Amino acid sequence: MPIIQIDGQEHEVDTGQNILQACLSLGLDLPYFCWHPSMGSVGACRQCAVVQYQHAEDEHGRIVMACMTPVTEGALFSLTGDKAQRFREGIVEALMLNHPHDCPVCAEGGECHLQDMTVMVGHRDRKYRGKKNTHHNQYLGPLIHHEMNRCITCYRCTRYYNDYAGGTDLAAMAAHDHIYFGRHEEGVLESEFAGNLVEVCPTGVFTDKPLVHEYTRKWDLQSAPSICTSCAVGCNTSPGERYGKLKRIHNRFNADVNGYFLCDRGRFGANFVNSVNNLNYPGSRTEDGRFNALDQQQALLKMAEACDTNNIAGIGSPRASVEANYLLRTLVGADNFAPGFSDVEQPLVELALTIQQSSSAMIADIKNIESADAILILGEDVTNTAPRIALALRQSVRNKAYELAADLGLESWQDSAIRTLAQNQRSPLFIATVGDSRLDDVAEERFNLAPDDIARLGFAVAANIAGEANLGSDDELQQKAKNIAKALKNAKRPLIISGTSCGNSALMESAAQVTQALCNADKQPLPLLSMIVAEANSLGQAMLISDNAVSLSDLTARACAGALETLVVLENDLYRRGKEKDINELLENITNVIVIDGLDNRTLSASSLALPAANFAESEGTLVSMEGRAQRHYPVYLPNAQRRASWHWLLACLKQMGRDEVTEIECFDDITQACATQNSSLSGITTAAPNHQFRNIGVKIPRQTHRYSGRTAMRADISVHEPKQPVDKETPLAFSMEGLNRSQPGSLLPFVWAPGWNSNQSLHKFQSEVGGQLKLKGGTAGTRLLQATDNSNNIALFESPAAFKALKGQWQMVPRHKIYGSDELSVHSPAIAKLVRPAFVEINASDAKKLGVNDGDGVDLNDNKGDKLTTLEVSINDSIATGCVGYSVGFIATENLLAGESLVLSKAENWSPSESQQAVSSGVSDV
Amino acid sequence: MSELGTMVFGLVLILAAVGGAALVTWFERRLLGIWQDRYGPNRLGPFGVLQVAADMIKLLTKHDWVPPFSDKMVFIFAPTAIVVAMLLGFTVVPFGPDLYVIDLNIGLLFFLSMTSLAVYSVLLAGLASNNKYALLGGLRSAAQMVSYEVFMGLSLMGVVMLSGSFSLLDIVEAQRDQWFCIPQFLGLYVFLIAGVAESHRLPFDLPEAEHELTAGFHTEYGGMKFAMFMLGEYLGLILISCMIVTLFFGGWLGPWLPPLLWFCIKVFIVICFFILLRAAIPRPRYDQLMSLGWKYMLPLALFNLVVTAVIALAMQGQG
Amino acid sequence: MFKSLTSQLQTMWTILQHTFTKAETVQYPEEMPYLAPRYRGRIVLTNDPDGDERCVACNLCAVACPVDCIALQQGVRDDGRWYPQFFRINFSRCIMCGMCEEACPTNAIQLTPDFEMCEYDRQSMVYEKEHLQIKGTGKYHDYNFYRVAGLAIAGKDKGEAQNESKPIDIKDLLQ
Repeated sequence: MPIIQIDGQEHEVDTGQNILQACLSLGLDLPYFCWHPSMGSVGACRQCAVVQYQHAEDEHGRIVMACMTPVTEGALFSLTGDKAQRFREGIVEALMLNHPHDCPVCAEGGECHLQDMTVMVGHRDRKYRGKKNTHHNQYLGPLIHHEMNRCITCYRCTRYYNDYAGGTDLAAMAAHDHIYFGRHEEGVLESEFAGNLVEVCPTGVFTDKPLVHEYTRKWDLQSAPSICTSCAVGCNTSPGERYGKLKRIHNRFNADVNGYFLCDRGRFGANFVNSVNNLNYPGSRTEDGRFNALDQQQALLKMAEACDTNNIAGIGSPRASVEANYLLRTLVGADNFAPGFSDVEQPLVELALTIQQSSSAMIADIKNIESADAILILGEDVTNTAPRIALALRQSVRNKAYELAADLGLESWQDSAIRTLAQNQRSPLFIATVGDSRLDDVAEERFNLAPDDIARLGFAVAANIAGEANLGSDDELQQKAKNIAKALKNAKRPLIISGTSCGNSALMESAAQVTQALCNADKQPLPLLSMIVAEANSLGQAMLISDNAVSLSDLTARACAGALETLVVLENDLYRRGKEKDINELLENITNVIVIDGLDNRTLSASSLALPAANFAESEGTLVSMEGRAQRHYPVYLPNAQRRASWHWLLACLKQMGRDEVTEIECFDDITQACATQNSSLSGITTAAPNHQFRNIGVKIPRQTHRYSGRTAMRADISVHEPKQPVDKETPLAFSMEGLNRSQPGSLLPFVWAPGWNSNQSLHKFQSEVGGQLKLKGGTAGTRLLQATDNSNNIALFESPAAFKALKGQWQMVPRHKIYGSDELSVHSPAIAKLVRPAFVEINASDAKKLGVNDGDGVDLNDNKGDKLTTLEVSINDSIATGCVGYSVGFIATENLLAGESLVLSKAENWSPSESQQAVSSGVSDV
Repeated sequence: MSELGTMVFGLVLILAAVGGAALVTWFERRLLGIWQDRYGPNRLGPFGVLQVAADMIKLLTKHDWVPPFSDKMVFIFAPTAIVVAMLLGFTVVPFGPDLYVIDLNIGLLFFLSMTSLAVYSVLLAGLASNNKYALLGGLRSAAQMVSYEVFMGLSLMGVVMLSGSFSLLDIVEAQRDQWFCIPQFLGLYVFLIAGVAESHRLPFDLPEAEHELTAGFHTEYGGMKFAMFMLGEYLGLILISCMIVTLFFGGWLGPWLPPLLWFCIKVFIVICFFILLRAAIPRPRYDQLMSLGWKYMLPLALFNLVVTAVIALAMQGQG
Repeated sequence: MFKSLTSQLQTMWTILQHTFTKAETVQYPEEMPYLAPRYRGRIVLTNDPDGDERCVACNLCAVACPVDCIALQQGVRDDGRWYPQFFRINFSRCIMCGMCEEACPTNAIQLTPDFEMCEYDRQSMVYEKEHLQIKGTGKYHDYNFYRVAGLAIAGKDKGEAQNESKPIDIKDLLQ
């Protein structure tokens, strides 16, 4: 490793870095704007100037940009040299010429990189006497607030939005000092990753719009390490709370998972925790059908009484924590515990787990995905089912460019040079989905087929790789498969992505087959496999249950037979999991329906006893992400009103009943421990994060910043006598500003701050440069429960399904996921709700012609008995395969539809779009 | 005096001593105020003299708390000891030619023994409180008393030699021609310092030392028990003043005015002097206190004793 | 020893001399001390010269407060101005240090010479915005933050703040 000299001090630095990276890794403060660890260097802002000397006798040196200067053995630099310092100060002075005088009313103030850098270079007095340039702002949608005057033209926004995230509707416009960053006209930013502009922009041009309207400064936010619950990727987040309300979600760096970026559903969708529809008190149904509020103890006694029977069943939830599900399973017994998937989804999730557990391929995390150089997606619309993966895929197709750069000896951070070099050359990405997808623009080829046909394509690719070229007579399919197989075989690190979202098991099996074929070719490093599941803990739920676990329909059958007296539903809206009449049948045949949930929904309204569950920001829990990574989220603030974590209710109930299983369990960690002991596949969850006894150099980790204000006035309106700070017995975090937030494990990092670095750029103070990857000093968060197994032939060989043929007069329902709308909870966030379009069915033009419908018409969906299920708006989309109908999944209007079923369609007469089209469940109970 | 007269006088003496001690607390605060350019308690009653009553009411009505971790018996006993010992000391003080409770022929020794008993109060309070500050205060007190008692007694031997008696009446009578403060100025100096230390008043209040030890030996005390300590301290102050007057300033002797008035005036001046000490002199460090006692005061007292003895012998030879 | 003895005697003499000097104490309720106009007492929120509230809820006073006795929540008014939805000072904690006034970028929060705020009930020492807000401009008569800052509000568009030129038309090639 080269040794360089900085201000007379010798430092050993990593090869392949630039001087800026090296300085930051060494803990030296060097100002910068345009450089970003994920986006490389372009040398645009001229802020990171240092003096480089030719040799030891060179007294003058010359100014170079640190971010554009590679480290070389024996190079001599000075950061503190007078020349460099004056230069940097001059740059900031120039950048500030047009900066408006509005820090007090700027949502970036207090965590502004520009503020930090201005203080760091020492610029204070404005000498310029001319007038400031000004700009009009643009409306950029409900998520992002635009304030163009604050811009310092570092170009980070367009480099992120266009180059990194593949957006097309944000650009630098005009020229010289008139430059303007915005859209060609006002409108909602199209990219699903636009929210990252808030964190990428070093000043206040792009800010968090929901936050701006009820703003709290960074120093006043109480934060805790958390995990995003809007999909199965398991991005690490840092939610901030003030006055009992969740104010915002910021990214929490995790080198293996989300890195520096989140998707907009994750960032803005968590506001559902502030919803007015929150259930705050326990309630029981009286004889007249209304709910009476109870206190906690009464509710607990009622629950324990109802649970004291053998005719009991429990329905868990893939969005609840492993611990809560485990306790419910303990309460009702393993044979009476349904995991809470729909009947279609349950076998698929189990299959996803089996495939990943037995596969000899590497189960890909996002860091791996970004290293893939040939990708085959089978059936998943990744942008809408696991959005953060889509952003990673946009980086993996650039591996071709890095390859070309490496041939020329260019360092990977030479961003502009590499983009110019590669132009449109990309690593191959093949997408086989039921309709178009947002990644089509970077795909080498895309195939829009019916799910069974996608599976056949997969099997054909697998056969091709394995060398069994003749499979059936479909020449066209064979030719496509041959191309894909060739690309995958030639790649250094091929990646196969599939998942449960199509509701088709053959498709997933084909993905397993392709991966296995690649593994059999003895590739090193191992080929990558990624199975996308739907919810934050879907995979954990599959790990918790045994094979042949009871399903919802099993329970319905039992209920109808009168064999069920009590049903406990944990954080699950059953109406999203099956047809309305089936769920009604289930719930109506059971006397005691106990529902533990946080946000009001139809199941809660149908319960006889409702218990308010704390949401992810109020409780601790372990979630297993789609790649099998167990990660823990911690309460950001104490639950409001009488809400309690689900595990808390269940544990209290078990204790009340005096059950033996819980005599040893005193705290949350004990539940995790018990669960890990009893389930071998979950044995790793105890190491997902340190237990509650962990102390950071002897002290707890503070949730509040050291500048947290208003402590003696916040609740003075209630009482002037300040209560003791709440004690957190369950976690190593403290509900106060006392403790040490430094160098702890990444799973316990509530927020980032370092002296002189108030913005999120202070993250580099928590990172160490290890093996060329910026990792957190305390290690990354989470434990992987799935490891690549080295037994190549133990995976079952699957059969290819028959080609899809539409039944006469019927259409196959294929799910179309929507990033805004398909998720149960995020649509309750007001900002996201504004982006949700009405429920729809998509159909290609020729099929539409057969039906006699046009864009915007209504269409009735009937089952083959002729019962009408729902009526939806038609949207013509030619990418949908003939005989298939795409429908928006997860919307209240489409809850009655199942993936893969065949339905009869007919044009709806006298239909108007307003009818029952809202995405948000309107079920309201009287509690 | 008749026996009844003695009893009545004893009762009056107790009341006067206790009342005087209470008044001195107010007087001290006012005087300190004057010397520190402020007012002191001046709100309640004429010149604020009713402040004493207010303080008393406050102390009497305070929660009479015994810490649960303390040695309870000893804790309660400790403050009474100092008051009793100090009051007993007053019995031998001659306030006038016929105004005394008892004229012991070992009056001086009785006084010394009573002031020595007071140390138990402080020591036990420190020990019984079961508190580290209190314990440190008690320890300091013990060491301080032991050190200063030695030359306190020695410094008075000159007086005894010159008067030829331990009886305080005799000692006063011996001063008709000349107050002992002239021939025994060294003895006076040593006794003055030892007296301040014995009553552990500023600047020698190391057992309390609120800046280092919270409140030293009486950290855990409050209410009436705390008041007893305060009472004991001020009784000690008056007692020492009485002794100084008796031993060195001719007791009740003086022209024109009645003897009791002379005595009171003299005592008042000495008390003022003690308060001036408090107002002016900072508290020494603990090691300074010890070195002052053993290295300077003890030799000085011995020197005084020897010189007095030589002169007394010489005068006896002449006489 | 001799030296220290004389020094102590000197001290006692000096102290004794103070018997004849006048007391410094001011007999407060009967005799009012002089309070300078910038004396630091009870805190108020002021209006700008145009009669609208000055506070923009930037939170700087709260963070500057050494006893953390200021709490507020920002909101945005329809005209684009930031304002405090609530603004609370717990005067039972306030030490009248004036750090909030120094931190305030809009001259909204100001300390007045009124310090007589005794209450029998501590709860009465908690002042909400309606107790703090006054109608006048306080010590600073002319300052209006929005006339200086670049944020556009109703009645003051982009380019109309101090030292600003008219907004750029980025679609005009001639500029």
